[in-house]
Amino acid sequence: MLSIEHYLFLSLALFLIGVIGVVTRRNVIIVLMSIELILNAVNINLVAFSRLFGDVAGQVFAVFIITDAAAEATVGLGIIIAFFRNRETVLADEMDLLKW
Amino acid sequence: MLDKALFYIFGGVAVLSAALMVTRRNAVHSAVFLITSLLATAGIYLTLRAEFLFIVQIILYVGGIMVLFVFVIMLVNLDVALQQIQFSRQKWVALIVALALGAQVGLMFWSTGHVKRSNLLLPAAAPADKLPPNSETVAQSLFSAYLLPFEIASLLLLVAMIGAVVMAKKKV
Repeated sequence: MLSIEHYLFLSLALFLIGVIGVVTRRNVIIVLMSIELILNAVNINLVAFSRLFGDVAGQVFAVFIITDAAAEATVGLGIIIAFFRNRETVLADEMDLLKW
Repeated sequence: MLDKALFYIFGGVAVLSAALMVTRRNAVHSAVFLITSLLATAGIYLTLRAEFLFIVQIILYVGGIMVLFVFVIMLVNLDVALQQIQFSRQKWVALIVALALGAQVGLMFWSTGHVKRSNLLLPAAAPADKLPPNSETVAQSLFSAYLLPFEIASLLLLVAMIGAVVMAKKKV
């Protein structure tokens, strides 16, 4: 019999992998993809609790999070394209215009 | 029993391909592994009887967002980026952050140990001909109790679209 913990641990594993990706990768595109992974892990939590309580609100909220992820991805990728056009790089530690 | 087998198959695929996504050097390989992970997550939604989210995940995430990612990877210069070091020297920071977050969740599990086991079990599956209509209930909730957030979300998408167009334009 599956319990809520199974899903919580799965979601925790995906979340932590996403966090490690955000911190360790230099390529900004892969950092953005890791953020998508994190949002996905949160969605698993919401849907699992929605199933546990028999309340559909969790699924509605997951739909909103997917909307958010889409908006974030479009704007983020737009920024990456604009930055690549100016500086010819996609590496996070070379984005140091504000550093002196 | 089948529930458990499906959960472990989909969950294993999701975690494994997520780990591969973070560790591959090539950005295109990472994108493909992320697609695998997202598809496995869609399977997880199906084991939770969220059919609407299952199809939204495949159409929107895999069919929309990931295509955008692959497109941008293609636009930026891949050959040059591959020659450079792909990992920053922040392995210890990553480990510490991951351990701290894991410890937080562990603390959560420990402090909720008094909750009765039977309250944590997910309800058993309904017979196939008596399944509640998932899309209908989601839509009912979305267009009655959550109508205002729904409209705000559409506004958010409009703003994001305008922002992306302005960002990607050659001359502002």
